[in-house]
Amino acid sequence: MTHFTAPHIEYSQLAPVLIVLAVATLGVLVEAFVPRAQRYLVQVSLAVVGSIAALGDTFWVFDKLNPGHGTVHPGQVVAEGALAVDGPTLFCWILVLGFAVMGALLFAERRLEGGVTAFAGQASALPGTDAERIASTRGMEHTEVFPLLMFAVSGMMIFPAANDLITVFVALEVLSLPLYLLCGLARRRRLLSQEAAMKYFMLGAFSSGFFVYGLALVYGYAGSLGYAQIAAAVAGKTGSHGLLLIGMGMLAVGMFFKIGAAPFQAWVPDVYQGAPTAVTAFMAAGTKVAGFGALFRLFYVAFGGARTDWLPVAWAVAILTMVVGSVLALAQTDVKRLLAYSSIAHTGFILTAFLGARSLADIGPGNIQPVQALLFYLTTYGLTNIAAFAIVTLVRDSSGEATSFTAWTGLGRKSPLVAGAFSFLLLGLAGIPLTSGFIGKWAVFAAAMSAGAWPVVVIAVLGSAAAAFFYARIIVLMFFHDPVADGPSVVLPSILTSGVITVCFAGTVVLGLVPGPLLDLLGRVAVFIR
Amino acid sequence: MNAPALMSAPLMHLPPVVDPSATSGVFSLLWLVVALPALGAVVLLLAGKRADAWAHLLGCATVAISFLISLILFFSLLGRGHGDRQVTQHLWTWFSAGHYTVNLDLLYDPLSALFLLLITGVGGIIHVYSIGYMEHDERRRRFFGYLNLFVAAMLVLVLASDYVGLFLGWEGVGLASYLLIGFWQHKPSAAAAAKKAFVINRVGDMGLFLGSALIFVTFGSTSFAAVSASSHQASSGTLTVIGLLLLLGACGKSAQFPLQTWLLDAMEGPTPVSALIHAATMVTAGVYLIVRSNFIFSLSENARTAVIVIGCITLLMGAVIGCAKDDIKKALAGSTMSQIGYMVLAAGLGPAGYAFAIFHLLTHGFFKANMFLGAGSVMHGMDDDVNMRHYGALRKAMPVTFATFAIGYLAILGVPPFAGFWSKDKIIEAAFGQNFVVGLCTLVGAGVTAFYMTRLMLMTFETSKRWEKGMHPHESPKVMTNPLKSLATLSALGGLFLVNGWITTWLTPVVGERVEHSLAVGSIGMSLIALVVVGIGVAVAWQLVGSRPVPRVAPENVSVFTRAARADLYGDAVNDEVVIKPGVAGIRGLGVFDGSVVDGIVQGLAASLTAISVKLRLVQNGFVRSYALAVLAGALIVIFAMLAVNFS
Repeated sequence: MTHFTAPHIEYSQLAPVLIVLAVATLGVLVEAFVPRAQRYLVQVSLAVVGSIAALGDTFWVFDKLNPGHGTVHPGQVVAEGALAVDGPTLFCWILVLGFAVMGALLFAERRLEGGVTAFAGQASALPGTDAERIASTRGMEHTEVFPLLMFAVSGMMIFPAANDLITVFVALEVLSLPLYLLCGLARRRRLLSQEAAMKYFMLGAFSSGFFVYGLALVYGYAGSLGYAQIAAAVAGKTGSHGLLLIGMGMLAVGMFFKIGAAPFQAWVPDVYQGAPTAVTAFMAAGTKVAGFGALFRLFYVAFGGARTDWLPVAWAVAILTMVVGSVLALAQTDVKRLLAYSSIAHTGFILTAFLGARSLADIGPGNIQPVQALLFYLTTYGLTNIAAFAIVTLVRDSSGEATSFTAWTGLGRKSPLVAGAFSFLLLGLAGIPLTSGFIGKWAVFAAAMSAGAWPVVVIAVLGSAAAAFFYARIIVLMFFHDPVADGPSVVLPSILTSGVITVCFAGTVVLGLVPGPLLDLLGRVAVFIR
Repeated sequence: MNAPALMSAPLMHLPPVVDPSATSGVFSLLWLVVALPALGAVVLLLAGKRADAWAHLLGCATVAISFLISLILFFSLLGRGHGDRQVTQHLWTWFSAGHYTVNLDLLYDPLSALFLLLITGVGGIIHVYSIGYMEHDERRRRFFGYLNLFVAAMLVLVLASDYVGLFLGWEGVGLASYLLIGFWQHKPSAAAAAKKAFVINRVGDMGLFLGSALIFVTFGSTSFAAVSASSHQASSGTLTVIGLLLLLGACGKSAQFPLQTWLLDAMEGPTPVSALIHAATMVTAGVYLIVRSNFIFSLSENARTAVIVIGCITLLMGAVIGCAKDDIKKALAGSTMSQIGYMVLAAGLGPAGYAFAIFHLLTHGFFKANMFLGAGSVMHGMDDDVNMRHYGALRKAMPVTFATFAIGYLAILGVPPFAGFWSKDKIIEAAFGQNFVVGLCTLVGAGVTAFYMTRLMLMTFETSKRWEKGMHPHESPKVMTNPLKSLATLSALGGLFLVNGWITTWLTPVVGERVEHSLAVGSIGMSLIALVVVGIGVAVAWQLVGSRPVPRVAPENVSVFTRAARADLYGDAVNDEVVIKPGVAGIRGLGVFDGSVVDGIVQGLAASLTAISVKLRLVQNGFVRSYALAVLAGALIVIFAMLAVNFS
């Protein structure tokens, strides 16, 4: 007689994820049972309150981990080895949930479009048909975006926490599918938006294929999907080395695609440009956190023993990504596309921290650890990027957002406040001292440098110089050129968007001036458990 | 081959260690020196129009009070014992990670003490002058805001106790300089000049950034104290690379060869800016960096040789450019380049020259600011005309400007007893002590300097009237002439720093004991030779300019040398040929260049990158199938690379 042994689940530690999933499911029910008129309010409050509740719970779990209380508690592998709840995981959760609150608020913005959200009135109506016209004149809107957002958030939380290859793959799909949909829901320029969604979906599916294939090969090598078992197999050098190499390569392809590293970056500009800007803002920040968290855990924990095998390729990818991002950004004439290429360049900069991989024994007490640098960079990058994209939603003309450079010419004369804030954010992205971007760059470069990756750091510094040029170009355009006739104007948003901009902007400023406490905290918690 | 070279100049002592004590008593005021101008900048830039009435007064007051505090601090430091002249004030811990901490601390020692006086003193005088000069500019409040911002950033640069803090100030002065060069942004030339300065400075900044990064990796810290304590343990190769990277930084900021082209264009900014930033203070930051990093340079013969070579090239280049310029500000800018070349050269001499580099930096700050403000006063009286061929015989119309300018002139020539004599003479002497060729460069430079400065004096104040019709030159108001008088006094008396060798003793705790070389002709003999060379320069100028009528239009049938000098010795042309033209050609070849005008290394760099970029963009064609193909290709590359790396 066989007994069914119930898996042991540590509910209290997983509660933040469960809250988000519950909120997402509730959101679906709301769509079915709540009258149309009240849905917007219910969905927005559900998403925001749910994210904040999950955030609060994460802090509670984090507090128990926080070594500030004396003994260091490194975290715990939970759910029968499927998930690791440790410092990096919890910090990623905090970031993702924080960005989710921002994202929900940006999604809920109604003033900019004259009383409706920036999402399509009726996604099923073909662009240019009567059905679409009716949907927009009636002021219809899709409130499903909020549950979709929450599903994406749950995927983003599981992705960096996953401790075996099946969980990480499921999380990858859970975070991706809602994003594909969200990208295609723009109210304006719907064809562009739908094209972006289609591309993202097809290429995403393609790269997932690689990921699954790699998963199978690694299983063949190690005989297990758990990170700990894979690490043991790598250390014991059992199995065929070729199987491991190809498997690692294919898993890396799937990960590199998600974070937008070259040569898998082609989708980034099209998707960032086509997606509704609020979605781009959330996606740019959240996906990076989840993707990098998962990438670091997979390669540091499971494949850490085979470092020497994958580091050369990682060097090449980091260099290529920085070069492609920085060089292509120079030719852009659209603010959203420019921010997309800048995001590729930043992926390259963050990857320099990835090169700092060393065994823990090699990392001296004074060194900046790669994971610490990564988490700091992700924080600053996410805050700065959300604020920048949120500002992009404000510059509008009669056909919606005006994102071409010509439209932004002379913006500094018309609205010095908005242009000034945007310039500051660009300086942050460029990594000028006293902005958070500078510390972030310093941290990732120092992490790479102390692991001996100085050639990459030299290229990274050159890349930052090129990057400074294209950021400065927009600043010059906004402040030192005369505005174009009947150009766009800055529309005053509701408290939702302006609140998000204010919070993210303040975060960028504070992290630039007093980065010490956060860096210090990360130095203590940024260790993966194995 | 290096070993004998190292042996030939044996190092007697290790460079001194930066080991400051905590501030106490009056030194606790140190932070105010920076905070006041910073506060002024914030208030002036945020206050809006309602501050227009009193903005200039606030701008001057903050710097003036800073100066007073600097003076008090200076005398307090003077009162301390020789070994006790370094104090540090902890402001806040910018960031710390593990054992690595960057403190934003202020380091007040004999070197920064002198800079504090120079920046706040000359800066204050120039602030006062700007009240008059910018009187009719409706954006005067903003101008004073930027000036205050500059002063604050420059003070951060010289007070930082850490390379990261120094980098912060370094970027800050770069930003202020960019804003001020482009202050009259309605002029396209000003906007272009600002952009050029920005980008060329970024090239230099990269050198400083990489240098600091290498310092961090080598020493595990970036604070002057820690690096100076352990620099002798680093390998000489590492020290040389660090030195060269820092030198690259210095070249960008101090307009040294090969990053010199931006300085001449920077004269598009208002004249007080040229005097403060592009003559007296910011452009000398490179010299400060080298002298401050003496614990690196003293230990690396090779890095110092590079510094000397750069200094020599620039001092001759600047002087030659100065000879051919008809624009009074550009002639002075060429001269600035040349004089900073002297300082860089002196700094490259190591312990024998550090103190004289700083000494010349100070006196140059006085007399060059004096002459720039004098030029501004002339322009003020001539409706902002800068062409010296339209001047002439202004001595009677502007007696005060003439008299003060003449003192600056005598000082830069090195005529005793004016300030320049003492400082330049010492550099020439030390250069001969090092190497005959280097010494000869400085001597020739002195002669050429005499030529172009005399030419400038004659064309402006003597010779016949060549004024535009309806021009009525007049002396400037008191608010402008009084600053001129004070700077002229400093230009005359600056040599007092050398009484009893005071400045070398004063700086010993920072740069170490001076190594003396005795010359065959002796000190006085050297001075006489230099004076004779200067005399020849003056005589040639008199012969070529003073003794015959000056044409109102620059003659075209001139020698190839004059033409070369007029074209800034082809600095831009080289950039053009090497960087811009290939870029543009690449773009034309692609047939997609949108016809934007390309000028200077700035757009050149961007153009070549853009060309590549446009080509690459063709790959970004929007088709899912080609993207998928790219993903597939990328995946194959990644996998094969994995295999290749491991099975090769």
